[in-house]
Amino acid sequence: MFVIVPVLMLIGFIPCKKISHVRTVAVVGSSILLILAGVLLYMFLAERNAGNTAQMLFIKDILWYPALNIHYAVGVDGISVAMLMLSSIIVFTGSFVSWNMDPLPKEFFMWLILLATGVFGFFISIDLFTMVLFYEVALIPMYLLIGVWGTGKKEYAAMKLTLMLMGGSAFLMLGIFGIYFHSNAGGGPFTFNILEIAKNGIPLTAQRIFFPITFVGFGVLGAMFPFHTWSPDGHASAPTAVSMLHAGVLMKLGGYGCFRIAISLMPQAAHEMAWFFMILTGISVVYGAFGAIAQKDLKYINAYSSVSHCGLVLFAILMLNEAAMTGAVMQMLSHGLTTALFFALIGMIYGRTHTRDIREMGGLMRIMPFLSVGYVIAGLASLGLPGFSGFVSEMMIFVGSFQYTDTFHRVLTILACSSIVITSVYILRMIGKILYGPVQNEKHKLLTDAVWYERLAVVSLIVCMAGIGMFPGWISDLIRSSLTAVAGW
Amino acid sequence: MVVFFILIVYDLFASEKFKKYYLPVACLLFLAHTIYGFLPQATGSSFSGMYVSGTAQNMIKNILNIGVLLVFLQSNSWLAKPDAIFKRGEFFMLTLLTLFGMYIMISSGNFILFYIGLETASLPMASLVAFNKYENNSAEAGAKYIFNAVFSSAILLFGISLIYGAFGTLYFNDLAVNLHPTPLLIMAMVFFLVGLFFKISLVPFHFWTADVYQGAPTSVTAYLSTVSKGAAVFAMMTILYKMFANLAFEWQGLLWWVVLITITIGNLFAMRQTNLKRFLAFSSISQAGYIALSVLAGSAQGMASTIYYIFVYVFSNMAAFGVINAIETKTGKVDMRDYDGLYSTNPKLALIMMIAFFSLGGIPPTAGFFSKFFVFTAAANQGQYLLVFFALINTIISLYYYLLVVKAMFINKSDSPVEYFRSDSYMKISLVICFVGLLTIGFASGIYQYLTQISFGM
Repeated sequence: MFVIVPVLMLIGFIPCKKISHVRTVAVVGSSILLILAGVLLYMFLAERNAGNTAQMLFIKDILWYPALNIHYAVGVDGISVAMLMLSSIIVFTGSFVSWNMDPLPKEFFMWLILLATGVFGFFISIDLFTMVLFYEVALIPMYLLIGVWGTGKKEYAAMKLTLMLMGGSAFLMLGIFGIYFHSNAGGGPFTFNILEIAKNGIPLTAQRIFFPITFVGFGVLGAMFPFHTWSPDGHASAPTAVSMLHAGVLMKLGGYGCFRIAISLMPQAAHEMAWFFMILTGISVVYGAFGAIAQKDLKYINAYSSVSHCGLVLFAILMLNEAAMTGAVMQMLSHGLTTALFFALIGMIYGRTHTRDIREMGGLMRIMPFLSVGYVIAGLASLGLPGFSGFVSEMMIFVGSFQYTDTFHRVLTILACSSIVITSVYILRMIGKILYGPVQNEKHKLLTDAVWYERLAVVSLIVCMAGIGMFPGWISDLIRSSLTAVAGW
Repeated sequence: MVVFFILIVYDLFASEKFKKYYLPVACLLFLAHTIYGFLPQATGSSFSGMYVSGTAQNMIKNILNIGVLLVFLQSNSWLAKPDAIFKRGEFFMLTLLTLFGMYIMISSGNFILFYIGLETASLPMASLVAFNKYENNSAEAGAKYIFNAVFSSAILLFGISLIYGAFGTLYFNDLAVNLHPTPLLIMAMVFFLVGLFFKISLVPFHFWTADVYQGAPTSVTAYLSTVSKGAAVFAMMTILYKMFANLAFEWQGLLWWVVLITITIGNLFAMRQTNLKRFLAFSSISQAGYIALSVLAGSAQGMASTIYYIFVYVFSNMAAFGVINAIETKTGKVDMRDYDGLYSTNPKLALIMMIAFFSLGGIPPTAGFFSKFFVFTAAANQGQYLLVFFALINTIISLYYYLLVVKAMFINKSDSPVEYFRSDSYMKISLVICFVGLLTIGFASGIYQYLTQISFGM
């Protein structure tokens, strides 16, 4: 279903002539997606409550290429349900944020929905082949989305982003070939099916080679140091909705893939090599935070903050224990929502002031109170204020990583914890600079506050963030039930 | 049988009086021939094992037929030009003659017949390349092509004569069991392969490609880069698999390096090109490397992947050349700079071009993704992870230059973009076939399944 609706939307866009038609299709389609995700969540919880403990539910499996044993296989567990919720919320708000897209609104939405198709398909597939297929479907629209509708050094940024991410997918493909040709440990044909591979197990010698390759492949998309350089340029140049989708959802593909493929299919090698990648991700956590301090452009600040927060996701996944991994998935959700809100607000402010340089803004709180309050909330959620989702997830990550008592883990955890402090430095400084104080530019006094569709997008994101923050229990249960099945503690 | 039919078609052309209906008649007859090719064919060998016809051979012939049909459809407005209209009959005859040569090459069971097929395919090709004889470029390209073709067949013939000297027979079946890796035979094999590498334009025997592709009329370039290359690759593959199976270690080692440098050099040179035909020449060199990568696998899976790759490659390259052809005949522009802002004036052509390039670069959901994936699977199945890794890195490089063209069409602004025009209906048909094919072939798994059934390994 999640693949069919976007494809129908794509077809629906073709006859559209006016922007109002395009808008209608986009809004209706993304609402259907959101409702579908809600229904799926409800059905999933009902099944779990009814005592169905199978790892993946709602499995649909169609034999596609018999010669290579390729299936079109989809199914969901708690983590994919959570990710689908996140994606559909962001697609929904994203189509409201790009209400007045100009030029070529039709093409813009078509590419955006193609990207969304890839994302949804990636989260539901349990066959490695379809997974890679959807992964690349999600990547390639970025080039045109940034290149045509972006701002600033858009062509350079688009090319850099596309090539680096495709480079990551080259590693990923190699890793997948490695997994595929070692997937018949118990005899029988090679298989791309994740569940069967996990059951058969991969020989340790092969794991040692292909774990790092796969992890790096997904790590590029998860903005792992030193492969994070596409992220600031790409996010800064992309149009608002694309930044939202990219930082909010697409970067999560990296974390999700690392977890679902690299770690749960090759657990022994993961245990052996976790220390190396832990150092790299630890660097991206701290480095991203420091990078954000040095920036003057709002989008660059947020992009570096994304590097830091996504680094934390990978860091937590590598801890390989339940608390930290639950925290990692929570962090994916929370960062997805927060950063989408940030980018949405930055886009709205930029649309009014036509600058993103924090030195040229000031006193916006008096001019556009709604946007400013939203901005403060996003900032506080991002630095982990209790009551919002960020607090819960970071708390769980650090609790999980502190369970290791050796010096190595301790030092890294303390370093990663310090990023919270650095985060509050740049967030508070940015808020103080642009929202309070004297008005820097007299022309800004004439600006207006948010209109209804902008308010709708902002409010729905804030409600979700607060919802996770206040009632984290059910969502962490949802995640935890799937984690035990995957990693087999 | 197939050959017999093609001769009938060929005869009909020669006696064709109604010049006005040349193209539709040619296309219709060829369409009938193509459909006929898809019907179940008699298999077996004739002329005491000289001519072999199996299901795999029939399949590759069908793919070539589709390619030729697309070339015919795309050639209409070029042939309608005043300096080509009086000799358009020759275009069809020469093309079909080379196709006949390729058929022989593919089906041969003997080195002599193979050589005859190769020459029949090359010599008329040279006159096709020099078809616009009043243009210096075209004449020069024709001369370059004929020199290279003759030179390479001389080397190839030398290889064959060494084999004959050693065994006194030229039948593949008799030879295959006797071959052992002696220095003489390795030398013979290398000479033989060098001759074929020229045809496929693998590095380091690729120097003629760019000049010839640029100089030849675009329809001929399209023909050269898809059909001619596909036939040569298939012939090479069957001979390597059937004949040189005992020397597998040697030729795989040779091909390993050739594939590596072909893909890399083709990609690196393509980045610097501004003329789109030269650009596609280098891109097709690197594509030939990918095809050879699956030949390297040496298994039935490798053979199926090779044929599948050729099949998809025909569609993607024909789509790209079709767009170039349409724009070139209308405006005479072939530079990448001229394509700036194409999307704003000719959105459909730009879209087809983009899909074609995405397919060449291996981006889903186009068919190119599937064909590349299968090629890499076939190679990885033989444990060639290192080579697959280099090939994967090279797909990123190739994506860079394909995106440069996409960027020119969609992002760059131009003061004088190509004006809006309507292509003729034949061109439209061919582009629509390519477009639909590229988007649907990957999802129709039956094609690959059928190919695995008919393929054979070493």
